[in-house]
Amino acid sequence: MDYTLLFIQTLNGVQLGLLLFLVASGLTLVFGILDFVNLAHGSIYMIGAFVCASLTYWSGNFLIAVVLSLPVMAVLGYLIERVIARRLYARDHLDHVLGTFGLILVMDTSAHLIWGPEGIAVPLPDWLNGQVTLFADVVVPSFRLLIIATGLTIAAGLFWLVNYTRLGMLIRAGASNRTMVAALGIDIKTLFSLVFALGAVLAGLAGMLVAPITEASISMGGEIIITAFVVIIVGGIGSMKGAFIAALMIGLIDTLGRSFLGDIFQLFMSQDAAETSAPAISAMLIYIIMAAVLAVRPQGLFPPKVR
Amino acid sequence: MKRLLSAALAATMLTTPSWAGEVKIGFVTTLTTGGAVIGNDQKKAVDLALEHIGHKMGGLDVNLIYADDGFKPDIGKQATDKLVKQDNVTFVAGYIWSHVLLASRKSALDAGKFLISANAGPSPIAGKLCNKNFFSTSWQNDQTPMAMGEVLNQKGVKSLYIIAPNYAAGKNMVAGVERTFKGKILGKDMTKWPTQLDFSSELAKAKASGAEALFIFFPGKAGGAFIKQYQQAGLKDVLPLYTVFTVDALSLPKLQKAGFSDILGSQFTQEWDPSLDNAQNKRFVHDFKAKYGSYPSFYAAQAYDSIFLIKSAVDAVHGDLTNMDGMRAAMKAANFPSVRGKFTYGNNHFPIQNFYLRQVVKDGDGNWTTKVVKTVYTANQDPYHAQCALK
Amino acid sequence: MGRLGKAGWVTLIVMLALLILPPVLLWSGNEFYLLLATRLVILAIAAVSLNLILGYGGMVSFGHAAFIGIGAYAMGIPVYHEFYGGLPGVASTNGFFQLALAVGLSALFALITGAISLRTKGVYFLMITMAFGQMVFFLFQSLSEYGGDDGLVIEQRSELPLVSFDNPLSLYLTSYAVLVAVMLLVWLIVNSRFGMVLRGAKGNDQRLITLGYNTYLYRLTAYVIAGVIAGVAGFLMANFASFISPDMMGWSRSGELMFMVILGGAASVIGPVLGAAAFVVIQEVLSSWTVYWHLPFGIMLILIVLYGRGGVMGIISGRGSAHRRPDE
Repeated sequence: MDYTLLFIQTLNGVQLGLLLFLVASGLTLVFGILDFVNLAHGSIYMIGAFVCASLTYWSGNFLIAVVLSLPVMAVLGYLIERVIARRLYARDHLDHVLGTFGLILVMDTSAHLIWGPEGIAVPLPDWLNGQVTLFADVVVPSFRLLIIATGLTIAAGLFWLVNYTRLGMLIRAGASNRTMVAALGIDIKTLFSLVFALGAVLAGLAGMLVAPITEASISMGGEIIITAFVVIIVGGIGSMKGAFIAALMIGLIDTLGRSFLGDIFQLFMSQDAAETSAPAISAMLIYIIMAAVLAVRPQGLFPPKVR
Repeated sequence: MKRLLSAALAATMLTTPSWAGEVKIGFVTTLTTGGAVIGNDQKKAVDLALEHIGHKMGGLDVNLIYADDGFKPDIGKQATDKLVKQDNVTFVAGYIWSHVLLASRKSALDAGKFLISANAGPSPIAGKLCNKNFFSTSWQNDQTPMAMGEVLNQKGVKSLYIIAPNYAAGKNMVAGVERTFKGKILGKDMTKWPTQLDFSSELAKAKASGAEALFIFFPGKAGGAFIKQYQQAGLKDVLPLYTVFTVDALSLPKLQKAGFSDILGSQFTQEWDPSLDNAQNKRFVHDFKAKYGSYPSFYAAQAYDSIFLIKSAVDAVHGDLTNMDGMRAAMKAANFPSVRGKFTYGNNHFPIQNFYLRQVVKDGDGNWTTKVVKTVYTANQDPYHAQCALK
Repeated sequence: MGRLGKAGWVTLIVMLALLILPPVLLWSGNEFYLLLATRLVILAIAAVSLNLILGYGGMVSFGHAAFIGIGAYAMGIPVYHEFYGGLPGVASTNGFFQLALAVGLSALFALITGAISLRTKGVYFLMITMAFGQMVFFLFQSLSEYGGDDGLVIEQRSELPLVSFDNPLSLYLTSYAVLVAVMLLVWLIVNSRFGMVLRGAKGNDQRLITLGYNTYLYRLTAYVIAGVIAGVAGFLMANFASFISPDMMGWSRSGELMFMVILGGAASVIGPVLGAAAFVVIQEVLSSWTVYWHLPFGIMLILIVLYGRGGVMGIISGRGSAHRRPDE
């Protein structure tokens, strides 16, 4: 067993998991608290990447661009909430699905018209573009470490926000019983707008962190949204803890599966059979996990207590 | 609502009537989704080709209709159906993607039209499904990686790690390089296509394998993503990179803008290069750069060739579009100025052509482009032509 | 409006138009629109079947395209083996054999995945059906014998007595007949005692369980019926396109079917047909105007959701709030 490789792959899995968590956390907030199915969450992630890419070239520095892009995402989220989402809260989930699918088409095509179909590569400052030697043979790209650090910080921040602040208390209360919170004189509409904007910021941030690794591209929203839904379903809708654990779990299983499934299969089948079946199974892996989890726990791993 | 629909339907049915003085050509490519980068480049080349021939073929005016396949086989088939049945074109050209070409093939050929692939070259079309009215201005999938395997042998590379996406073309590319590479293959990863763009896990495995070189195939945006992560992982000196269809004139300007300089010097194989020394290519590359401000990609070069191939057919019959046999014979002769230089057609109507080793370099203005290092194969024919029943 | 009611009149007019218009289009030299109509009718069959579980049963399936794929490969794989050898037991160009295979396999797949999926509810059900759909997608993508991702060209259409699928009009009329039969079947089902239980369980599951109904079995039966019908649509789709590929069953295709149902108006038999028609026609009209047709299409969808509740059928019948959330 190559332990160095195993360690590096675990780190890669954690990094993927934390990126997934950033997207999924926003989704689970909006879904859990507002009971709103937002298919367009992936497109917000995509817009985040593009805004950040443009600002990187404008300001000359990736980190400045991230800082400038975050309020842009908040405004975008706020606008979507005010113009479209708010009118649909009282409706069936099916209306959410159709409406936000329309929103995906609008946002993706707008991005195509504004930024072109070719995508934008995002340059990093030199100190983020190199590698860090952790110990012995373990050399990892420094930007990947930054993603891990950012992901963990945001996770801690969200945990604190939801569990220990007045806003978090209102969020939790609003999720359980809207009428009661409103009766207490709380402006529930503003609260919901804030939650939606926060979700957009989290999705946008994930897009910004991915852009230097891949690039800002118009199809990136559709590529992440299904996986993000898988994460929040496995974790249990509305549960921040569930989203965190499920995101790490899926990130790790996906990465380790890609890496070691072929070797494992070769233990009990021919090399040819292993070479064809391993990639197919690893592509299916997250869906197999989700189906298995739901078959055993139909409400996900950590269903919220009272709904 | 119903009235609205029927009015709308009537509006779309107002097709331009066909008249004797024109030749109609359909060009199916990708104009929406991320694949539109390639489609737009092909479109630019076709527009330029039409300009160069003064919108005339064999004394007829050219009426060229673009259609979008949306990167989906059924949409591509529907677009082809419309070109064939409604617009009544004589030639249907284009087709970036194998699955779109396979889905559209029957629609065009059953209607007795000429089908010209300017890119896709799946093995069935070169073998069992070959057809007298099909022509390619590109290559068969296996040829380019086979040339790369040969290059690796010549360089004395003893061990190789392979990473490619897990879909039909990806498997063809891997099979191609495995067919010619004589050294040992230490590992192989087939990634999820097209959604997987994070290759950290595969790069870590490739590095741990201790292979001498890394061979990849990642077309489109995945290629750019791979190269960035390759540079971020600092593998340039440990694990030299050899590619096919990964680095092109579409990705190089983006990589240059973002400063991913590790790609300079990297090598790949292809049937064409902007630096090839023939009059047609010089004119094409020069005018393309003058008109659009960037180097043409190989997709553009093949699309440009497809228009000249069609022109050679229409010229040969002096605009008599009912003379299918005459046009077919003219195309079969490959008697047109190709940007890749002279080539001939095999029995399956795929080119028998040279393959070159290309290298990424800076041009005189500091822009990143490619030059030819050497010729790997001369007059190479694809391995599937024997399965084709045509003579 | 007489005894037929608004929905009845709409059904009659639309189905008559679908019967008369395409042959007229063919004779007037617009063969392409006959092909478009064929695609429309086949998609409508799948949408009607999805509506049986989605609209009447409250089971929002996000994996319905998998059945189309299974039906299509059940048609294509026998033809492949007939021409290129291998698996002599399966090789056939006989339409009845292929159809039986399509029906059998989709029923089996529906039974297994339905039995697991129906343990969950609401969005969880939506996601688990999507997961099963994706598994089938990746399975066919990995089968390089049948072309994998590139798909498989079908050398010969199904052979059936009396009709020849090589004739576009026969294929259209056959698909149309299947659509009529499927609509009739769904109408009979939802108005039977079985359908009452199914619809009742959508509104209040607990009440029906208390009354002694095993609603799980009712749902599973409906799920299998819907899967089989979609499998038949897949069989027709393979004949229509002469080409099959995993692209037919990705999650985005399941999404499109779902949108057709919601767009047309769930919980009416004609709604999904209108939805499929709107989807195909709008797409064709808009995309002939601009390649950026997704933008106006998206805006239209948003406006329909915001102002035209209950989809196209909702607009026609003037219902204000078809999609009000049922109180739990």
